[in-house]
Amino acid sequence: MSLLIYAESSPDASGGKFKKVAFELASYAKKVAETLGTTVTAVTVNAGDVSELSKYGVDKVLKVTNEKLVNFSAKAFADVIKQAAQKESAKIILLSSTTDSLYLAPFVAVGLEAGFASNVVGLPLSTLPFQVKRTAFSNKAFNVTEISTDVKVLSLAKNSYGIFENKAAAAAEDFAPSLNDSDFNVKVESVEKASGKVTIADADVVVSGGRGLKGPENWGLIENLATVLGAATACSKPVSDLGWRPHSEHVGQTGKPVATNLYIAVGISGAIQHIAGINSSKVKVVINADAEAPFFKVADYGIVGDAFDILPRLTEKLAAFKVQNA
Amino acid sequence: MKILVCISHVPDTTSKINFVNGDTEFDTNGVQFVINPNDEFGLTRAIWFQEQQGATVTVVNVGGPDTEPTLRKALAIGANEAIRVNAIPTDGFFVAKQLAEVVKSGNYDLVICGKESLDYNGGMVPGMLAGLLDFNFVNSCTELTVDGTTANASREIDGGKEIISASLPLIIGGQKGLVEEKDLRIPNMRGIMTARTKVLTVLEPVTANNNTKAVKFEKPAPKSAVKLVSADNLDELINLLHNEAKVI
Repeated sequence: MSLLIYAESSPDASGGKFKKVAFELASYAKKVAETLGTTVTAVTVNAGDVSELSKYGVDKVLKVTNEKLVNFSAKAFADVIKQAAQKESAKIILLSSTTDSLYLAPFVAVGLEAGFASNVVGLPLSTLPFQVKRTAFSNKAFNVTEISTDVKVLSLAKNSYGIFENKAAAAAEDFAPSLNDSDFNVKVESVEKASGKVTIADADVVVSGGRGLKGPENWGLIENLATVLGAATACSKPVSDLGWRPHSEHVGQTGKPVATNLYIAVGISGAIQHIAGINSSKVKVVINADAEAPFFKVADYGIVGDAFDILPRLTEKLAAFKVQNA
Repeated sequence: MKILVCISHVPDTTSKINFVNGDTEFDTNGVQFVINPNDEFGLTRAIWFQEQQGATVTVVNVGGPDTEPTLRKALAIGANEAIRVNAIPTDGFFVAKQLAEVVKSGNYDLVICGKESLDYNGGMVPGMLAGLLDFNFVNSCTELTVDGTTANASREIDGGKEIISASLPLIIGGQKGLVEEKDLRIPNMRGIMTARTKVLTVLEPVTANNNTKAVKFEKPAPKSAVKLVSADNLDELINLLHNEAKVI
């Protein structure tokens, strides 16, 4: 009757490292398990050092090692999770909100005849009936969702709970679920991924530029600031529509959601759709020449001024700050 | 090739979000409804297949009679016919069950959904539909071509993309990239006139469980005012981010 989490690791044939969201999910699961008087089991796929999970309260690890699963396949990974849930008789299955986990979650839900709630924020409001709070209307509201099925699948919104240490003695055992050839009918031919770059999904800090930067040739200013902060770079919708920056950097309601600790918006006026996409970020800073820009209404800190003057000075000062505080 | 495009009827992205009846229902007063943006990218790509490869395009929505103008708009953009399953969509699984029936009876080769709707943001219908039908499924799809019975697609992943191949029948969870923003079509007068005479079939729903229900809505707590820092005092910003916000 334990709780099952899928602890996601980066794909690596020789044993992938856990993503930070896996530790957040474990922390969350531990708390839910305590309320229910049960334990946490994690299932991992081609992960390296699984003992790391015990730091965050995981009591047992089902370790799957299978070279067929080096490339992601939603159906195959969902099969793994489903079989792990059945083996553990898990009634609650917890997933992260990464692109991959959201891809496989509906398969898990259908396979286990489970109700599914995505974008969950916070601990369950009640367990009988089972109610959770989730974001809806693109972060402009929350809704309380009641799940009425016996088995429940939840995906936890990124950066909504936090990571808490809670040492347990995780017993790891090898787990070999049976996979069908049909699990691999959707074939990954190749993966194009910029190496060494911080992704928006993984970043603690995101530096984002808008039309106020006047052209793609000025993006060095954004990149330099991002480098100093170890941040990912992002952009507003007009900037990606104009082709100044790739789509993968577009954040907002129809782009990528950002739920980071610090979001710095430079030369972005703050259209309602942009704000919807970044609103789950904890601290928002705006730098804009227009004091009337709507972004100032939602930001925590703001500077009215010229980005071309401010960014180089801010980057320099932050670099010095980082050296001092290293 | 027979294509089914699943359409959600959602508030325009600029809508003010409010609730009524003790915060149990969305306040539709003064709200303009549109084709869900992720679905519109997929619909526009479907029309491309229609024009370039002779595909037929059916649009479907699960919703009450009030959603028909949204379906008519899809017809005006160029879809050949429309289906409305006459039920209020309150749970992703329920909707997926309805769509599965439509797909089975229509023998579609390609089903294009948006990866999520911008109202409930559940993101579960396309995957559940694939699970129910045991079809191939590509989520977060940003590029799609079809050659015979093989589809080539790109999927957005964290920090890059995957190039994927899969055979039809296939379900897509689409998003921007399937077509560009500039390729989206505004229905012209001829399209709007033609849409009036195109077939819009109303089907009654099949029995299906509601596995979840939205019990209540809440608005985020109001934000405190922004702290302005002078452009001549950047040290103050660093100080606030370090000591007050504790994010650097």
